[in-house]
Amino acid sequence: MMPLASFATGESIGGTLIQRLGDEKLPVEGVIITVSQDGNEIGSGDSGADGKWEIPVPGAGIYQVSLDTSTLPEGVALTDPDKEALSDVKVRDGQSKKVIFPLGEGVVSTVSMYQRVGALFIAGLKLGAIIALSAVGLSLVFGVTGLVNFAHAEMVTLGAIAAYFFHASALGPRWPLVIAIVPAVLVGAGFGWIQERSLWRPLRNRHTGLVAMMVVSIGLSFALRNLFLIIFGGEPRAYPDFAGQPPIEILGISMVPKQLLTIAISLIVLAGVGIFLQKSRAGTAMRAVSDDADLAESSGINVNRIILITWTLAGGLAALGGTFFGLNEAVQWDMGFKLLLLIFAAVVLGGLGTAYGAMVGGFIVGVAVEMSTLIFPNELKTAVGLALLIVILLAKPQGLLGTKERIG
Amino acid sequence: MDWGSVLIDGILATIGPLTAAYAISAIGLNLQFGYAGLLNFGHVAFMLVGAYGAAITVDLGGPLWLGVIVGILVAALLGLLLGLPTLRLRADYLAITTIAAAEVIRLLVRSSWAQPITNSVFGIQGFADSFFDLNPFPASQLYGIGSLVVTGRKLWVMLVGWALVVLMTLLIRRLIKSPWGRVLKAIREDEDATIALGKNVFAYKLQALMIGGAIAGIAGILLAIEQQNVTPDAYLPKITFILYVIVILGGAGTILGPVVGAVVFQFLFFTIDALMVNAQANIGWVGDLLTPAAAGQVKLVLVGVGMMVLMIFRPQGILGNKEEALIDER
Repeated sequence: MMPLASFATGESIGGTLIQRLGDEKLPVEGVIITVSQDGNEIGSGDSGADGKWEIPVPGAGIYQVSLDTSTLPEGVALTDPDKEALSDVKVRDGQSKKVIFPLGEGVVSTVSMYQRVGALFIAGLKLGAIIALSAVGLSLVFGVTGLVNFAHAEMVTLGAIAAYFFHASALGPRWPLVIAIVPAVLVGAGFGWIQERSLWRPLRNRHTGLVAMMVVSIGLSFALRNLFLIIFGGEPRAYPDFAGQPPIEILGISMVPKQLLTIAISLIVLAGVGIFLQKSRAGTAMRAVSDDADLAESSGINVNRIILITWTLAGGLAALGGTFFGLNEAVQWDMGFKLLLLIFAAVVLGGLGTAYGAMVGGFIVGVAVEMSTLIFPNELKTAVGLALLIVILLAKPQGLLGTKERIG
Repeated sequence: MDWGSVLIDGILATIGPLTAAYAISAIGLNLQFGYAGLLNFGHVAFMLVGAYGAAITVDLGGPLWLGVIVGILVAALLGLLLGLPTLRLRADYLAITTIAAAEVIRLLVRSSWAQPITNSVFGIQGFADSFFDLNPFPASQLYGIGSLVVTGRKLWVMLVGWALVVLMTLLIRRLIKSPWGRVLKAIREDEDATIALGKNVFAYKLQALMIGGAIAGIAGILLAIEQQNVTPDAYLPKITFILYVIVILGGAGTILGPVVGAVVFQFLFFTIDALMVNAQANIGWVGDLLTPAAAGQVKLVLVGVGMMVLMIFRPQGILGNKEEALIDER
């Protein structure tokens, strides 16, 4: 239990409010910021002429910091409207914690509806590509084993963290990101392989039920997620390469090149997965096991080998999805879990167990989530994706591409 | 290492209101998951709506007793709304939908849209004064033996909390020993056979979800009253996972399982916590290696590993019997 420190030890929360306009940095004055803890206001203050603000806090602990957007000057706005309030700002003993509220150009109505819809559509395709990449593996694994693997989320996170290690960690080789992706995907694939060999296959051999296995996967997910938190820390980190990439304009719509890159590479990889499933022996066998494992086994397919290949593929794809997720947003310990529910939405939308369904579902969910911000507040976009999942289950529980069988 | 204080900290936390609230919530989950076989992974949502139901009622000027009733009713209503569309689905679909629904509810409560009612991320505070006005013990007086002491305020919440645990356990015992409970167990064992006997399986499942939800609502209200505070981010999916560990640990589908599970879980959780804090203070290299924040996360890693190990090696938990362990087949 922490002793209550006094104000004298000097813990505080502060920062500098800077508006970025292209390369220009302008301090923002007179903005009111409030610090509270468990809902009780601790103190508030406003930024000075140099944009600096500092609010003393009673001691180490977790605080909520919020910026009063109504006090922002004309033409200045948060670049991410979600970040108006930061809910868990950790202050250590004696620390002067620095908090950043990124400010940009205020959304003055210079953006036309066409531009806004277009930009959101591109952002949706990008998110959809990430979801689709991650969802295919989950769906394939479900197809061949019947397991809904909650720990799939952590394969996504692992990929992003591995790429961060090879790319930017002080302990890593500091390769450029485009190269670091390769070992990251290998780490993901290797993790899929190890999981199947050391956990899921032994459990199948013990005839553990599917529901029990699902509970095991939830435990695994929970353990891994907190392990990532210990290793990687709670702060989100961006890959230094491609960070702050300036947007370009195509057909009057502003987009960031890395979004296009994400979409293009994802489409190529997903097409590759499709060809693999249709043309290669292993892919055909995978579909056969998905259809009927016993029949596949009796026609000479080594089912365990196919399942192992599926897990390895799923791990690699999830890691790639995670790296793209980290590239476009930031790498964080629980990024995979945040994505998992949208992955579920995509998989169920397309039909659980169908690889192509997961791809289609991924893009639909991604676009729906981003476009929903036209109507709903930004912080509700995940909720919109999840609501979509619930609606689909009501209307067409077998999914868009699933075969109509009894799932109740 | 000061073993005495480690043990005292562990015991104090174990007998505290949090354990009582977890036990109550686990009793509700046990009815759904242990007896009816429903894989509800959005259990924390019932606690959320219960707590907010009470807090908002008081916030709007109602008395606390009305808030408690509203909270319980809203939690039961959530069970109805959640159950109607999802209970016909297979176990894995049900799990996905319920966890998604719980997150939707949390995100809605914390959104700026809901700000006028829920005060979004900041939550609602100080709504339970009338509960503490009833406290017969002087709030700041210490009660206990030796160094095992609690304040009068905490003692009051503890007494009410554990009384509720006893009450809920008796209620479940009554329910399970009734014909209703036998049908519920029959559904879990063989749904098709129960349908063939002419039972409306769907209605039974729905009732189990609603009653279990209402009980979890009570747990949510108890916690909210104790802390005089509700904030949306206290209701993360991790609470549901912890409750599953508690139910499985104690023995899913047993009457005392959730209570035993909650007590054992909390004792282990907080003793390990006290141990690590103690080790950080007294053993140099542990303090260097493990920051206080990391220590909290190590515990959560252990929770996850514990969930796996239990499920694999002892799915029936402490009190369950192997034949009745429900989760072998889907």
